Amino acid sequence: MTTRFLIAGFGGQGILFAGKFLVNKGMMEGKQVTWLPSYGPEMRGGTANCSVVIGDEPVSSPIVDHPDVLMVMNLPSLDKYEDAVNPGGWIFVDSTLIERKVRRQDVHAVYVPATRMAGENGVTTLANMILSGAMLARLGQYEPENVEAALKKVVSVKHPEMYDFNRKALEMGRNFE
Amino acid sequence: MADKVLMKGNEAIAEAAIMAGCRHYFGYPITPQTEVAAYMAKRMPKIGGVFLQAESEIAAINMVYGVSSTGHRVMTSSSSPGISLKSEGLSYLAGADLPALVVNVQRGGPGLGGIQPSQSDYFQATKGGGHGDFRMIVLAPASVQEMADLTVKGFDLADEYRMTAMILADGTMGQMMEPVEIPKIEKKEFDKSWAVTGTGMGRKHNIVNSLSLAPAELERQNFERFQRYGRIQEKEAMWEEYRMEDAEYCLVAFGIAARVTKAAIDEARKKGIRAGMIRPITLWPFPEKALAAAAEKCVSFATVELNMGQMIDDVRLAISCKRPVKLIHRAGGIIPSPEEVLRGIENMEGGAEK
Repeated sequence: MTTRFLIAGFGGQGILFAGKFLVNKGMMEGKQVTWLPSYGPEMRGGTANCSVVIGDEPVSSPIVDHPDVLMVMNLPSLDKYEDAVNPGGWIFVDSTLIERKVRRQDVHAVYVPATRMAGENGVTTLANMILSGAMLARLGQYEPENVEAALKKVVSVKHPEMYDFNRKALEMGRNFE
Repeated sequence: MADKVLMKGNEAIAEAAIMAGCRHYFGYPITPQTEVAAYMAKRMPKIGGVFLQAESEIAAINMVYGVSSTGHRVMTSSSSPGISLKSEGLSYLAGADLPALVVNVQRGGPGLGGIQPSQSDYFQATKGGGHGDFRMIVLAPASVQEMADLTVKGFDLADEYRMTAMILADGTMGQMMEPVEIPKIEKKEFDKSWAVTGTGMGRKHNIVNSLSLAPAELERQNFERFQRYGRIQEKEAMWEEYRMEDAEYCLVAFGIAARVTKAAIDEARKKGIRAGMIRPITLWPFPEKALAAAAEKCVSFATVELNMGQMIDDVRLAISCKRPVKLIHRAGGIIPSPEEVLRGIENMEGGAEK
């Protein structure tokens, strides 16, 4: 069993960070994992994405052309990747930033107003983690101990206070709806 | 998994180099290898090492020459256009028989090109890398673990044979994160009696130099060097075989292309196509014997490359053109999808070039 994730949005939304959190969680659970970012001029203000593969077998290609799970935080990313999602897969949409609905009928679409929720709850920059929390909960992969342990790995040692904010954001996503 | 850490390929190279005893790094930033330099900048001052951002790639490779002359382990890293700038220095290192580790995290070319992953420096790396008759040992990692392991191996080979070992990676290998176990190093001793360390008035001067004006002496040096290269070709080729036991169709790919090819082979097998892969881990020396043996039992070959077809020449040579060899490729920074490679394999099956 291998799950291929694609996380996409604007540079600065914490796309790569959300991927790092996810891949650390996978590794702590003893899975085979890879994390591959887009890199270069795309980083600043342009589009950013990262591919994460988590599975039981060694990962052959780290590039995710056809995700099982797509998490999108801007419209260009939904436009670009919607058709690539494997049938039966998942699309998680930040519905504050993306007004349109998913057109595909053969995938699970989940809409979370993550950016609005972040703004209203004092975690303005953490819409990425609200969406991540919702994603893990829907996928049945939100094990609080592993989530917290993975978060500890990725929060900067220079800003330990960010751990609580991130955990709060993840929990908000987990409890959404 | 307890002792594994998640690292980018570029960081794994840097940490492994430190573990291998490298305390001198000289470089100049260029995407997509800048994390090597950034990691060194952070770590070297804490362990009594030297990190120096040179004024140019040319300066950096000549600093490598200087440190190597004193017998210390030293490295530089860059990406394609930067490696071209270093090529004069690579030739001088070869002429002076100095060991060094040089990392090329390739991007698309020619010229300034792009910044996305590529394998288009295969010719440059394996056929010389500068003027004059010389070779470099070229190592092609296909995982973050190999980025670390082959860095250590590269230093050892460089010291043993007194020459440059190059890590030929690509943007994907440099940027991706995977769990990696930083290798524990067994300390090996290498003969460095040639190094310029000061005579202490107790021995004759050592001279490290690539200038040799007498043709007979220069010819002798070249023949001696190529005897050494012959030993390397005999002993040091490394490769991995994947599902080759009963393979009729032999794919040949290295680095990230080999990862994609593995996925394509698994799909081909599901369709009843008996495909397998030989993955060169050393590109020079090229695993000629493995290819020649495969030519005895496989009906056709294909290389999967991120360039316009470079390694394909070495495959044809290794199998003495006994079987058709097809090229499956993308260029300019694009990586083929497993589906594209699968279509290429199906094309072999159809026997388009048979």
